[in-house]
Amino acid sequence: MKIKDIQEEIIEEFAFFEDWMQRYEHMISLGKSLPIIDKANKKDDYLIKGCQSKVWVFPEFKDGKVFFTADSDAIITKGIVALLLRVFSNQTPEDILNADTAFIDEIGLKEHLSPTRANGLVSMIKQLKMYALAYQSQLN
Amino acid sequence: MNTNSKSIAFDVEKIRKDFPILSRKVNGYPLVYLDNAATSQKPQVVIDALVDYYSNYNANIHRGVHSLSQEATDAYEQAREKIRAHFNIKKTREVIFTAGTTHAINLVASGFRKILQKGDELIVSALEHHSNIVPWQMLCEETGAVLKVLPMNEQGELDLVEYINLLSNKTKLVFVNHISNALGTINPIEEIIEKAHKVGAAVLIDGAQACSHIKPDLQTLNADFYTCSAHKMCGPTGVGILYGKEGWLAKLPPYQGGGEMIKEVTFEKTTYAELPHKFEAGTPNIADGIAFGVALDYLNTIGFDAIANYENQLLEYATEKLLEIEGLKIYGTSAHKTSVISFNIKNIHPYDIGTILDKLGIAVRTGHHCAQPIMDFYNIPGTVRASFAFYNTFHEIDVLVEAIKKAKVMLT
Ligand SMILES: Cc1ncc(COP(=O)(O)O)c(C=O)c1O
Repeated sequence: MKIKDIQEEIIEEFAFFEDWMQRYEHMISLGKSLPIIDKANKKDDYLIKGCQSKVWVFPEFKDGKVFFTADSDAIITKGIVALLLRVFSNQTPEDILNADTAFIDEIGLKEHLSPTRANGLVSMIKQLKMYALAYQSQLN
Repeated sequence: MNTNSKSIAFDVEKIRKDFPILSRKVNGYPLVYLDNAATSQKPQVVIDALVDYYSNYNANIHRGVHSLSQEATDAYEQAREKIRAHFNIKKTREVIFTAGTTHAINLVASGFRKILQKGDELIVSALEHHSNIVPWQMLCEETGAVLKVLPMNEQGELDLVEYINLLSNKTKLVFVNHISNALGTINPIEEIIEKAHKVGAAVLIDGAQACSHIKPDLQTLNADFYTCSAHKMCGPTGVGILYGKEGWLAKLPPYQGGGEMIKEVTFEKTTYAELPHKFEAGTPNIADGIAFGVALDYLNTIGFDAIANYENQLLEYATEKLLEIEGLKIYGTSAHKTSVISFNIKNIHPYDIGTILDKLGIAVRTGHHCAQPIMDFYNIPGTVRASFAFYNTFHEIDVLVEAIKKAKVMLT
């Protein structure tokens, strides 16, 4: 699926929820279902700086696509990570680099996009794109 | 701080009306502001003082012959005098206006660059805010002095037996906070100061957390330096003080060069102004300095005995209610503490709790509270910290407790 379509799908999914509690409960359950990063990859090299909660993201490049696995020690952060991976994992470097993240705002989680917020969502997105950029330059 | 009598009348509803922000809503819920250890809210009189200054007598001070400048200078110097009186400081020239505690500590640390020698020792407590650690580490790097750590115990209290062992005639400076921002412990600074003086060491007390709860008498306390920030005391951000004994302030070189701090300038030689201006280069934070004085008046009208008494009741009630929540652990359990409760719930990240509480209109702090060594001591990533001020209510504590229970259900 293309990034844009996945984002549309997520927006539709969140449209069912009536209030913030339901949205957060959904995020928390997404967090619980996040495919956990391999223990061996949960090390400082893959730790994203600038988060109050710890976030590890491990990238792999197969058949022209980037795959991410991740984990966090905070469950809400993990839910957001799960959403991001759904959007960004299994995509080409080019698509990842061109993707925007307006869907986060549309599903009512804008507060997590604030650069001053200590959850580091912004640094996380930046890191995903950095990996994509690195793989893209390998291709060229 | 141990006044347990409930006889002092305390009309919290009336007090709350002094703080316009307390009637706003956050995320659709009435604001419950429990992040007072980070910064306090401001009463209308303080806000008015700022507006009044800029509307009616804004001018640069200590320089103009014109009337406005005179009015502004008088108001600013009156604020300094109020601060002197509030802390029972002996001389007005021992009151240095700074941008806050961090600035004050850096000013002293910078002054000691010329005084310290290689091998001299400094003692820092395990309970310090990064502001009272990093400037000294920088100083040690530069001078070759050695930083020693006064350890804490599981309750979050400093180990005074170990303190005696650390002190020697090599000790030149000891720095400790009056009250810990992360745990709320009230440190036995009287004893710490006395013991340091016996070996000839100077003591700096970081009063940033203390001055919203208690009114220190600096002559009796006998610290060599004492710092505070107005913004934690119902005053504006960007202003605070450094108190220093005159002998020390005379000895330390100026921190910054510029206007205000000079007596005479030629390209061959500049002579410095007298205290306190020697340390106040440039146009100061006039409006905020004046409003700081107004904040002190406000707090003194309520009275620090009444404040301490009421806050202790809040602390007691909140501690009891929070401990009823299964799996909740409080960090910092000294018998001597102020209205700060740092806690975690088993298997839940503090960030998650803080996020849910925020959605419910409750402001708490989560994280390491600029005191990473304390978190390392307990081997935790951080805590949730609820810190209460005299304008908080018992009802707000009930709201907090219910919200935590809700968060707990959502997060497990
Ligand atoms: C104990 C302590 N020291 C120092 C500071 C730093 O104060 P400021 O940021 O006002 O300079 C704080 C504020 O968080 C504090 O709580």
